[in-house]
Amino acid sequence: MSAGALRRALDNRHLLGALFLIPAAAFLLLFLTYPLGLGVYLGFTDAKIGRAGAWIGLENFISIWDDEIVRLALFNTFFYTLVASVIKFALGLWLALLLNQRLPLKSVVRAVVLLPFIVPTALSAIAFWWIYDSQFSIVSWALMKLGVIDQYIEFLGEPWHARLATIAANIWRGVPFVAICLLAGLQTISPSYYEAASLDGASGWQQLRHVTLPLLAPITAVVMTFSVLFTFTDFQLIYVLTRGGPLNATHLMATLSFQRAIPGGYLGEGAAIATAMVPFLLGAIMFSYFGLQRRAWQQGGVDR
Amino acid sequence: MSANRRREVLKASATLATGAVVGPLIWVKQAAAQWRSEPEKGAKLRVLRWKRFVQGDEDQYMANVKKFTEMFGIEVRVDHEGWEDVRPKAAVAANTGAGPDIILSTNDDADLYPDKLVDVTDLCDYLGQKYGGWYPVCGQYLKHKGHWIGVPLGCAGNAIVYRESHVRAAGFSGFPKDLAGFMKLMKALKEHGTPPGFALGHASGDQAWSHWLVWAHGGKLVNEKNQVVIDSPETLKALEFARDLYPTFVPGTLSWLDPSNNKAFLDGQISATANGISIYYAAKNSTDPRLKEMAADIQHANFPVGPVGRPTEFNIFFNQMIYKHTKYPNASKEFLRFMMEEEQFSPWMQASIGYVCHPLKAYEANPIWTVDPKHTPYRDATKVMLPVGYAGEMGSASAACIADFIILDMVAEAASGSKTPKEAAERARKRAERYYKV
Repeated sequence: MSAGALRRALDNRHLLGALFLIPAAAFLLLFLTYPLGLGVYLGFTDAKIGRAGAWIGLENFISIWDDEIVRLALFNTFFYTLVASVIKFALGLWLALLLNQRLPLKSVVRAVVLLPFIVPTALSAIAFWWIYDSQFSIVSWALMKLGVIDQYIEFLGEPWHARLATIAANIWRGVPFVAICLLAGLQTISPSYYEAASLDGASGWQQLRHVTLPLLAPITAVVMTFSVLFTFTDFQLIYVLTRGGPLNATHLMATLSFQRAIPGGYLGEGAAIATAMVPFLLGAIMFSYFGLQRRAWQQGGVDR
Repeated sequence: MSANRRREVLKASATLATGAVVGPLIWVKQAAAQWRSEPEKGAKLRVLRWKRFVQGDEDQYMANVKKFTEMFGIEVRVDHEGWEDVRPKAAVAANTGAGPDIILSTNDDADLYPDKLVDVTDLCDYLGQKYGGWYPVCGQYLKHKGHWIGVPLGCAGNAIVYRESHVRAAGFSGFPKDLAGFMKLMKALKEHGTPPGFALGHASGDQAWSHWLVWAHGGKLVNEKNQVVIDSPETLKALEFARDLYPTFVPGTLSWLDPSNNKAFLDGQISATANGISIYYAAKNSTDPRLKEMAADIQHANFPVGPVGRPTEFNIFFNQMIYKHTKYPNASKEFLRFMMEEEQFSPWMQASIGYVCHPLKAYEANPIWTVDPKHTPYRDATKVMLPVGYAGEMGSASAACIADFIILDMVAEAASGSKTPKEAAERARKRAERYYKV
């Protein structure tokens, strides 16, 4: 190709655009699409550690559907995600509304609120491990000293306690993310709406219901989508706190997938469990996108 | 060499090894007579091993490595990782054909990828002949179709760790040797306000006692033909035992992970548990006077023997694997040989006060087992232990079942009363059958 032809080719916007895209596309392909594709592919094979697998179609998925532990993990994951997400949203919104008020040392308070989110999960999980420890729990110790209880609380030693305790730790970690994002959203709402609303005699609750929430909906949709995704795929917290115990009561799909694939060596089965999460995740995304981004409602009308 | 003569030499060299570095010279000469190997020129080795449980282990291991480098001019890089992280890395090395030359890993790893490992039959035969033979369990773990696919390192001995004063206060003069006595003692300990505690959470290592309990009653996951037989009357007996035993435990054992029983014991909250010698090691080497005092009160005992009439302990087994992707198979073998020879192995055992129990019979005579009577219960750990997936064959199914905590969950379900023994055993059977395909 002559220099002239090359120059002419590079003047073509479409070609140039495609060329500029190549690095990013290659990057995504190599580090995102390939591992994801491989993971999904493994789910359809009987690959084990030490030997490549053969294609076995849906056999893994049928097998895990029949497995009580997988069903339990699925239930745990849903319960965990649902309860944690709802509370994270409620607390996050409340915190965001508070932080949006005039506060002394506003920026300092906002920075402090972010702390749980900044601390590496594994580290905060270890802190929670000490809080929840069956023998050394600081909470149990304090309550004992105060004479409120006469025996250490079994935070992680009883299935339902353990579920709620891990959810509490997840909430503690997730609230700042929700709060700060919603705060950013609150600040984009023009004060004139509130002025107009109060002139019309709207109460605080009515302002929240009819001004704040609808206008916050787009950002809520995005934030909660991410929050649900993070929660549904949580791993570190459970791995450090309980390893899925007691009696598999806190096993999530992600931790069970790891347990089966890596320590257990059944790569195919582990991959199938991980792949089985995808439809639920897609469902969650669809719900928050189509459920929360209803234009009419945002503009004060009624959905038709 | 006659057995008697060898024992004398061993004794002599063991005494030497404890006191000074004079010992090794005699042995290297002898070894050269039987072992011939030419390490590759310019060899460099990378070793990945599990991170120490007791400090003395790592210190002496690295001292031995240094000695090897000085002697053979072969550079060795050793990486240490938490023992549960070594397994995935070892698997990746096997799958991709790249990574460390030698990996020290656990349990039945070698059986998952026997084709990827260097045949070390010559080395194991040499070591076996020189040191009185390997314990049977070593072959069960590391012999594949008549060939050694790894060099046994031994096992982390598991025993009952208890407080002597508490057991005395409960009215017992020593630790019971049978299950009925064991149950009585546990109940008495509970009544005296000094309860025991055994891990029932997903503790990868400390789940060992739950396997002992099932095996002691004659229950087992699979039979010799790899058929799942866990739902048996023997297992039910074991689970009923667990159900009666559980109320004696300190609260919270369902949540216990590997470190929990160590912490609780050292804090004086439990009077008996199942563990390696690391609790005693920690107490003995502590600068805290309270712990020093406790060390004097700590005693060890072997697990009681059940109706099957033989010990049924389960210990974490340690292997040493040379990967086929290594450029230096001979240097790797030389390294493992060197580390297993008396002059290195003996001081290493001593530095870790026997945390790793030897795989070779001759090391029974190592003074570490008798210098402190509290070490002695750990001496026969490799000799008497039963392997993963007992009584079937080792392989991907046995590995999957233990990683999935099938036995532990079954015992925990029955113990805590969340399932009846029958339900728990049925569930374990269903879970195991998914791997041991019927």
